[in-house]
Amino acid sequence: MATAFSATLPLHGSSQENRLLLPPTRLPPPSFLGSTRSLPIRRLNHAHAARRSPVVAVQEIVKEKKPTNPLLITKEEGLVLYEDMILGRSFEDMCAQMYYRGKMFGFVHLYNGQEAVSTGFIKLLTKSDSVVSTYRDHVHALSKGVSARAVMSELFGKVTGCCRGQGGSMHMFSKEHNMLGGFAFIGEGIPVATGAAFTSKYKREVLKQDCDDVTVAFFGDGTCNNGQFYECLNMAALYKLPIIFVVENNLWAIGMSHLRSTSDPEIWKKGPAFGMPGVHVDGMDVLKVREVAKEAVSRARRGEGPTLVECETYRFRGHSLADPDELRDAAEKAKYAARDPITALKKYLIENKLANEGELKTIEKKIDDLVEEAVEFADASPQPGRSQLLENVFADPKGFGIGPDGRYRCEDPKFTEGTAQV
Amino acid sequence: MSAIIHGAGAATALTTFHSKKLVARSRTNLPGRSKRCIVASGSDDGSKSFGSSSSLSLRHSHKLIPNNAVATKVDTSATTGHELLLFEALQEGLEEEMDRDPHVCVMGEDVGHYGGSYKVTKGLADKFGDLRVLDTPICENAFTGMGIGAAMTGLRPVIEGMNMGFLLLAFNQISNNCGMLHYTSGGQFTIPVVIRGPGGVGRQLGAEHSQRLESYFQSIPGIQMVACSTPYNAKGLMKAAIRSENPVILFEHVLLYNLKEKIPDEEYICNLEEAEMVRPGEHITILTYSRMRYHVMQAAKILVNKGYDPEVIDIRSLKPFDLYTIGNSVKKTHRVLIVEECMRTGGIGASLTAAINENFHDYLDAPVMCLSSQDVPTPYAGTLEEWTVVQPAQIVTAVEQLCQ
Repeated sequence: MATAFSATLPLHGSSQENRLLLPPTRLPPPSFLGSTRSLPIRRLNHAHAARRSPVVAVQEIVKEKKPTNPLLITKEEGLVLYEDMILGRSFEDMCAQMYYRGKMFGFVHLYNGQEAVSTGFIKLLTKSDSVVSTYRDHVHALSKGVSARAVMSELFGKVTGCCRGQGGSMHMFSKEHNMLGGFAFIGEGIPVATGAAFTSKYKREVLKQDCDDVTVAFFGDGTCNNGQFYECLNMAALYKLPIIFVVENNLWAIGMSHLRSTSDPEIWKKGPAFGMPGVHVDGMDVLKVREVAKEAVSRARRGEGPTLVECETYRFRGHSLADPDELRDAAEKAKYAARDPITALKKYLIENKLANEGELKTIEKKIDDLVEEAVEFADASPQPGRSQLLENVFADPKGFGIGPDGRYRCEDPKFTEGTAQV
Repeated sequence: MSAIIHGAGAATALTTFHSKKLVARSRTNLPGRSKRCIVASGSDDGSKSFGSSSSLSLRHSHKLIPNNAVATKVDTSATTGHELLLFEALQEGLEEEMDRDPHVCVMGEDVGHYGGSYKVTKGLADKFGDLRVLDTPICENAFTGMGIGAAMTGLRPVIEGMNMGFLLLAFNQISNNCGMLHYTSGGQFTIPVVIRGPGGVGRQLGAEHSQRLESYFQSIPGIQMVACSTPYNAKGLMKAAIRSENPVILFEHVLLYNLKEKIPDEEYICNLEEAEMVRPGEHITILTYSRMRYHVMQAAKILVNKGYDPEVIDIRSLKPFDLYTIGNSVKKTHRVLIVEECMRTGGIGASLTAAINENFHDYLDAPVMCLSSQDVPTPYAGTLEEWTVVQPAQIVTAVEQLCQ
């Protein structure tokens, strides 16, 4: 059913082909901000073929393409990808340990099994590109460049955390690395990502700056039933924003199976409905994800607008560390465990002689040490003091207002000691 | 509409009548206050409204408002200034800020080509382009979030809710992101957005279009709320809100857009955290904001004829409250009446009552009385709607009761 419209239209079709498929429309004025699609008034078949954006699963692309270089990555790239995924995995495993030892509390959502998606996308981005995530954001932050120390300290609730201990597991922010969070409610970050993409476009078109920053928004299958998702797909396509919507479809929203909650479970199909390409990719294979990501990111950089990428992936652990994970079928878990992205990449690197066991072991050891050091650092860091309570509520602390004595409350020396009455 | 303009006229009549007494009183009763240069009451007598001055020394004001305040001289004999309507004042403020800083942009429904449903953004799309004055689809939650994301990454959006009530759909973004992200990011990201729009009870607009959202938003930590009531403070607050690094919600009122006033030609801004002294008095402090200011001034006219001397303060800053101006007033009059359009339960008046009781209990000679709208969804029928909100007659009765 999925391939009925998509069989003949390649994702990477040449621009010439694409132009032939679009119905001829009068050219809108160059400053027009809106949809350039005219409403179809022709026969159904024609309209379908013309209106459908090229959509196809990536596996077909990889089969069709006959690349000159049979390998998808170089050795350096391979090692970077491997290291990033190992970092994600080790870090999350350490989180679980620390949680059960009582070093961190609350909701902790681990990313084990999904590393290919984070690594596949984020390792293609520059420092000024933005990433927006959900509560399952530790690994997105790490891939984007936030140090393991900062993330671990944040989880421990220490002052040295990336958000000074004020955010926690679900709010990993970094201005330096353009990690725009970390959101606890699902779907909440998608409009923020749309806004970041809007800023890119604004900088280019209004401020006339040289800006081709893209934004990547990560979210799950459950979010794809939420209104914010659709509202943002509409606006992103309408304004041709440089954003990539990445659905990490791990088939489960806590205990709700994707199939039980979604009328049409094929999420990639929702892209064309809004006028953007929708792609489905095997999210357990970092190289396939990377290929799709390359095209989506360069599309966005060229100003061609958003892409919706559905990554079929799986989380090896429960929804959070509080989830007993009893609902999922053992056979399903085993099936995906066999497709562990790290094992798959390791195999690829070794079989294609890009790296040997020793080099990979060195990387694993290096990451182990790094994560250990992060824990030590976090352990040794101080807890936030009382005076930190009221800082950062307002960027301009005059917002606390004028007290009965006529002074701004933030001028009260007790304010910085943390004992002011506000 | 005629009632409102009459109310404004009442203010005019009042100040001219008392002008001599007014000046004398202000000199004797408010000795410690230096008139902060930020305030220009440089219009003709009729529309004189003192922006509240405070006892903050000039050194303080200089330190606190380093780049924001534009010093203007208090000029009581000015014939300069230009007359305009409140929505034009908002537009002027917005346009000036957009000229000043190219990062300021507007987003909302029908703000661009349509010029805004209350014409606040009229002409701006032609001048600044479709991207700077963005016509959004109807998706409040998403475009408010988009504004927040844009603010985090360097822009300064002014987000318009076509009616404040529609922002209920954006509550998620306003509460969770707008208010919280500066804090949860450990201070890394600022959200310098302005969220504005008309609210309040209009003329038979029906329940959903007559909401007062200030009561719902007031608990959200990390945001500031201001309510404008005159063309002067509308422009001043708009400019201050745009320049503020904090997220500010600017409440306008549907029925006040056609108020006319003469405002200074020179640039000025109003302080976001200060209240406005509308009419100094001795007997009772009446605290109000937005449209109710005019009902209060109508009542004040009647009260003056009956021999009372009410002090009327437009609190303007709904969050945080200016407890200095309010406190000084309470210490002087010892009686407080709050007149608001919010609902009785959990409204701004309720919070203000609590704040006054907590801070100034010793100075009160009578319990704080709060007149609010009825706890009903605003009915369509004109008579019922009239009884929903506080009317001048009720204010007069309340003052008489409190001053016994």
